[in-house]
Amino acid sequence: MSGPGPRAGLSIETKGLTKRFGHQLAVDGVDLAVPTGAVFGFLGPNGSGKTTTIRLLLGLAAASGGSIRVLGEEMPRKLKDVLPRVGALVEGPAFYPFLSGAANLRRMDAADPYASAATRRARVQSALERVGLTHAADKKVRAYSLGMKQRLGIANALLAQRELLVLDEPTNGLDPQGTREVRSLVRSLAADGATVFVSSHLLAEVEQICTHAAIMSAGRLVAQGTLAELRGAGQARIRVLTPDPGTAAQVLAGLGLAVILSPDGGPGAGGAHSGTDAVLFAPLLSVPSSTANRNAGAEKPVEPEAVVAALVAAGVRVRGFATEQVSLEDRFVALTGEGFDVVQ
Amino acid sequence: MSSNGSFTGGPPVRRRSLAGGLLASELGVLFRRRRTWAMLCALAAIPVLIAVAVRVSSAVPAGRGPAFLDRISQNGLFVGVTAMVVSVPLFLPLTVGVVAGDTIAGEAGQGTLRYLLVAPAGRLRLLLVKYGGAALFVVVAPLVVALTGAGIGAALFPVGPVTLLSGDTIGTAEAMVRLLLIAAYLAVSLLGLSAIGLFISTLTDVPVGAMAATVVLSVVSQVLDALPQLDWLHPWLFSHYWLDFGDLLRQPVSWDSFAVNAVLQGGYIAVFGALAYGRFITKDVLS
Repeated sequence: MSGPGPRAGLSIETKGLTKRFGHQLAVDGVDLAVPTGAVFGFLGPNGSGKTTTIRLLLGLAAASGGSIRVLGEEMPRKLKDVLPRVGALVEGPAFYPFLSGAANLRRMDAADPYASAATRRARVQSALERVGLTHAADKKVRAYSLGMKQRLGIANALLAQRELLVLDEPTNGLDPQGTREVRSLVRSLAADGATVFVSSHLLAEVEQICTHAAIMSAGRLVAQGTLAELRGAGQARIRVLTPDPGTAAQVLAGLGLAVILSPDGGPGAGGAHSGTDAVLFAPLLSVPSSTANRNAGAEKPVEPEAVVAALVAAGVRVRGFATEQVSLEDRFVALTGEGFDVVQ
Repeated sequence: MSSNGSFTGGPPVRRRSLAGGLLASELGVLFRRRRTWAMLCALAAIPVLIAVAVRVSSAVPAGRGPAFLDRISQNGLFVGVTAMVVSVPLFLPLTVGVVAGDTIAGEAGQGTLRYLLVAPAGRLRLLLVKYGGAALFVVVAPLVVALTGAGIGAALFPVGPVTLLSGDTIGTAEAMVRLLLIAAYLAVSLLGLSAIGLFISTLTDVPVGAMAATVVLSVVSQVLDALPQLDWLHPWLFSHYWLDFGDLLRQPVSWDSFAVNAVLQGGYIAVFGALAYGRFITKDVLS
């Protein structure tokens, strides 16, 4: 994998990117840094400014402030040089319903002044093949299902050699099979050396295919980095399965851990013991309590084996013990808020 | 360099094509639409209706009905001329309004505008291609009326030498040339309206709104043209010379009205083309 573009470092770089609609800041001082060759997940709840950011990156809308570099070139000043190297799916697919799938792709290809007319049919065919639409190439798009339109939209992004692919919610409307296919397609594009910028509100999807991610909330970029970095910013926690929750909680509290008792057994608490056992969660950090009269701010990591030893010594019947990494979902919810009451 | 396809070997040679490929594609899209054909068929129906009506009815009294109607039964070629006279005030502007109003707003409403721009079509290039498509429609529409008229006229009535407004008589071939000249005159006449429609189309994402506004403007212009109190305004109205193609039926042909009309339409193209450019080049495409 060789880094395309003159500046092999970053494929997308924004500084203080801002977009204002009237009084509302849709995008507020976003500093994106998408490394070349990365599969970059662009996360955020609906309405957090993901699509607006993508429109700014592609020169569809003008930024109110800040700077953008795509593939090393300043946007939108170098738009005509940059965009032929970028494949994009923006806010869902859109096509001429009265044209066939192949005719739609030929139309979009003709709009690219650099695309060779001589190889057009071959490239359209190859793009359709890549998304598994060869059989529907001559069908009018009016008769396509949502999933087929989505695939055609992805095919449109693959009409030429691309150094960067910007895919806005690429698995929207796809069935599980289609979702898997898109995931493997994204992986193969990345393996070919393209940088892939995928926006999504589906965390599981991003966790499965991305190497990097950024999280948007209410127009601001609230976190960005490799997946490991994003998860690592959260902390590990322990999960204890026991029929003696009371004693266990006392022991854990004695170690300075903040215990969360999950009365319904918690996720993954099935099996023979689920009727009587309780699940306790606690972050692997010793929090100084006021009664213990320790120095404030002196949080210390706790070794999991020490916790097990203390539990067993106190006679707690430990039926299950695990250390868990905080998932991206926990991190996401912590950063963007829970449920439908997301920050507007 | 990435290699997610086997289309080109080595570094791609970047050769820019001008608007040719995109214009061909635009015309393909325009003339593969059922709507375009429906409008052209409706226009073609006008001369057919006129010819059939004159054929089945008794002789039309001279001086009644649209211009040239009374001459159809003597010479079938006048079906084309009459049909063009009839379709100038409403039918032609209606179809032109639909095509011109749809140019940008139709793509925006459909969402394809963002993909064309990301391709990247280039905003000026797209605008020029869109106007090119509308302009071709404006050429085709009067031509359909004229040729269908001549065809149905020849089928139902005798065809022969034509007596011009100047009193001279010309042969059938020469008369066909004059018929095509009138169609060309109407095409030029409607170019201004197309430019207005293109501009309105850049203002909205709702194509029907842009179409309706364009058609309404053509009607308003004609109403203003009919008010004698607004004499000073008349030469500036884009519809003012729409029916002044009588000069083309003289011997020799007088090109005065053609030239005046062409200059006026050119002015409308310049003004509304510039407005459309100014609007579209900075527009945030959010559809």
